[in-house]
Amino acid sequence: MEKTLEKNIVKGGGFLFNHPHFSEIFIPEEFNDEQKMMAKATQDFIDKEVFPFVERIDALEEGLMPSIMTKAGELGLLGVCIPEQYGGLGMSFNTGMLIADIVASTGSFTTAFGAHTGIGTLPILYYGDETQKEKYLPKLSSGEWKACYCLTEPDSGSDANAAKTKAILSEDQQHYLITGQKMWISNAGFADLFIVFAKIEDDKNLTAFIVEKSFGGITMNDEERKMGIKGSSTRQVFFNDTKVPVENMLSNRQNGFKIAVNILNIGRIKLGCGVINACKQIANQSTQYANDRKQFGVSISSFGAIKQKLSQMAAKTFGIESASYRAGQNIDDQVDVLIAQGHPEHEAKLQGVEQFAIEAAIIKVHGSDVLNEIADQGVQVYGGMGFSEEAPMARAYRDARIAKIYEGTNEINRMLLVGMIVKKITKGEFNLKDELDFFNTGMIHKDTFDAAPLSKEYKAIKNLKKATLMVTSKALEIYGAKINEEQEVLINISEMVIETYVAESTLLRTLKLIDQSGATSAGLFINLTKLYLFDAVRKSKNAGYEALACMIDDEAHLDSLLKVMDRLTAYNHLNTSRLSRDIADEMILQNKFPYTLYS
Amino acid sequence: MKILVCITHVPDTTSKISFVDQDTVFDKTGVQFIIGPYDDYALARAVELKEQLGGSIMALNVGLAETEPTIRKALAIGADEAIRINAEPKDAFFVAHQIAQVVKGGDYDLILMGRESIDFNGGQVHGMVGELLGIPSVSPVMHLDIEGNIAKLSREIEGGKELLEVALPIVAGCQEPIAEWKIPNMRGIMSARSKPLNVLDPFEDEQKTVVENFVMPAAKSGIKMIDADNVGELVDLLKNEAKVF
Repeated sequence: MEKTLEKNIVKGGGFLFNHPHFSEIFIPEEFNDEQKMMAKATQDFIDKEVFPFVERIDALEEGLMPSIMTKAGELGLLGVCIPEQYGGLGMSFNTGMLIADIVASTGSFTTAFGAHTGIGTLPILYYGDETQKEKYLPKLSSGEWKACYCLTEPDSGSDANAAKTKAILSEDQQHYLITGQKMWISNAGFADLFIVFAKIEDDKNLTAFIVEKSFGGITMNDEERKMGIKGSSTRQVFFNDTKVPVENMLSNRQNGFKIAVNILNIGRIKLGCGVINACKQIANQSTQYANDRKQFGVSISSFGAIKQKLSQMAAKTFGIESASYRAGQNIDDQVDVLIAQGHPEHEAKLQGVEQFAIEAAIIKVHGSDVLNEIADQGVQVYGGMGFSEEAPMARAYRDARIAKIYEGTNEINRMLLVGMIVKKITKGEFNLKDELDFFNTGMIHKDTFDAAPLSKEYKAIKNLKKATLMVTSKALEIYGAKINEEQEVLINISEMVIETYVAESTLLRTLKLIDQSGATSAGLFINLTKLYLFDAVRKSKNAGYEALACMIDDEAHLDSLLKVMDRLTAYNHLNTSRLSRDIADEMILQNKFPYTLYS
Repeated sequence: MKILVCITHVPDTTSKISFVDQDTVFDKTGVQFIIGPYDDYALARAVELKEQLGGSIMALNVGLAETEPTIRKALAIGADEAIRINAEPKDAFFVAHQIAQVVKGGDYDLILMGRESIDFNGGQVHGMVGELLGIPSVSPVMHLDIEGNIAKLSREIEGGKELLEVALPIVAGCQEPIAEWKIPNMRGIMSARSKPLNVLDPFEDEQKTVVENFVMPAAKSGIKMIDADNVGELVDLLKNEAKVF
């Protein structure tokens, strides 16, 4: 009972102001047998139905992608989070994250799947009325219909509310006539259903509509020629007096911008989580290649420089995985609380995600960054072969890049997440002063629990939080309400926030594993945690230095703060080559990523 | 049509294999377990036959509680219920004896299993079950159709293929391409938790074999590349090092 109450009070962004106990977080090792079986079935599906066809998918072979989507629907993959009364499985948010994680390794299919199950389906699930849900959700859940999401226009990307697409009420007031141009529309080429954002007459804000392809008046440009995810259908879509019945308006007039933002919130956490299996696959392939490839008479996996890359792949993947499922469970717990308080389910789900919008943005930014770093290292492990289309790394590298751009660029998300923290501080939701009182009390932290054998790491993370809050507080002191104009500073602060959250997630996961099975069997995870943290501290220190130097011209003042930063980021006594060799040796021995969660 | 599908709980094919207790016990630490791949084909064909002819599928496993996730997977794929004989599968005869006892109480038309497990790969259980029950046993079965009371099947034999017609009931040890293995769908996975999984105590039996110890196969030696002009050296290596003639 006590534990439930503790869980209930977790707040979005609260991790910076509290020091949670490991028992309060969820770790992926705790997925039940049913969820693990779903993960394995998803892996089997992509092994059987996607991987053998990647080249044909990338060549945009007519009908191939929609046929794979239909098969995914038959297997139930498209309706995991749709309630059972609308033809879905009614599983938890974190189960949906798990499926997104596994699908992640499929490049173009990942995008088609994500666009359909996320931004294509969720607007109806969360904002549709009963008639709309009953009419459309079973078709989307089964894969009979495929969906896409039409928000972006040539002149409105990140500034979504600047869209020019118009909706005019017909004279008989039975239809809206939608006219406008949308671009970068994933799944457009085969979609049966379009979620379209348009402004009714001279409204200030957007309104969302459910548009069936059969309504007519829809034309498209050819497929875009893209750098990566070449097999994902991406087209410009033109609506030319498309006749949409008034009952197909989603939610209320001018509520479209809110819908767009909230749906992207959900989309982005799944997108961040939806890199994990791609990272694991690159690590698997890189390990196998490094074991097979002989130079100077030995496998290149025996070289420290290669071991360093393999171990970094493992540590970074471990990081995003730990953070994703921690946040996913926070959302599920929040949803349960809201439902228990009497909120309707769809509202509870929306508010649950909204509460953790900071974590959602962290996971989107970090997941996409990590995937790109790992893909880059994968190419490097493959050497010359990494640059050849004959090996899998070229595709992995190209396919990874878009994740930093779509569903809110990483820059927008970085500023957004710091903006949200600042807002919570200024609204009094979090008390910055209490947290920073350590300046006056000599920076000595009382341990809140015994974190042996990671007590040094536990302290380092507590100090990282202090460092992050110190820089944030300084920025607020200097810029006040104008902090949003200081993008460079915000981006540096976001780096500290992200690294703190992810490092803490790895630490808490490992402490929980130690608690469950002892330090000896958690040895690999202890190493992964330390290696991740070492990097996180270095990155945070650099970001903190840069932010402070951008803000403060007075050298003496700056020096005193940099000294504080040095003390708060003093996690230096670590032999990273020994750590990385230990981790990589396990990978080399197993010839793959060093641990398996779902078989 | 009443079908019994016997499934094994075996290490994933990519597992690292090692032994403990003076090499007498397989070390399960960190090993992921799966349904035996050949059993998977047998189960897939059972599901197809049930769709075609109606009836029911019982999955059977001889193993301790740790095998239940594997059994649930069989239920997710399409078995209607399952039995777990609560015992460590000591050897082929022990397992065959357990299966035979279950069949005696169950009136099954078809007893399907993989042609062999992929852990000990004995390939003996189907033959023993047939013998213990006094019914035909065929392996490795690559096609299986049922017409009335007759099983029409084909199996691989030395240098060819044998077509057989056998009156039911029979035991069949299956392999591909008898059916395409099935991925459990999400709804099947969810419904598996509510399907009955009955745990039975083992039927008494004497242990006929004892494992003295396991030995790992020698590591593969590297590939030697011989220049195409140097046939003499190749012949010498084949004769004196590889000893192929």
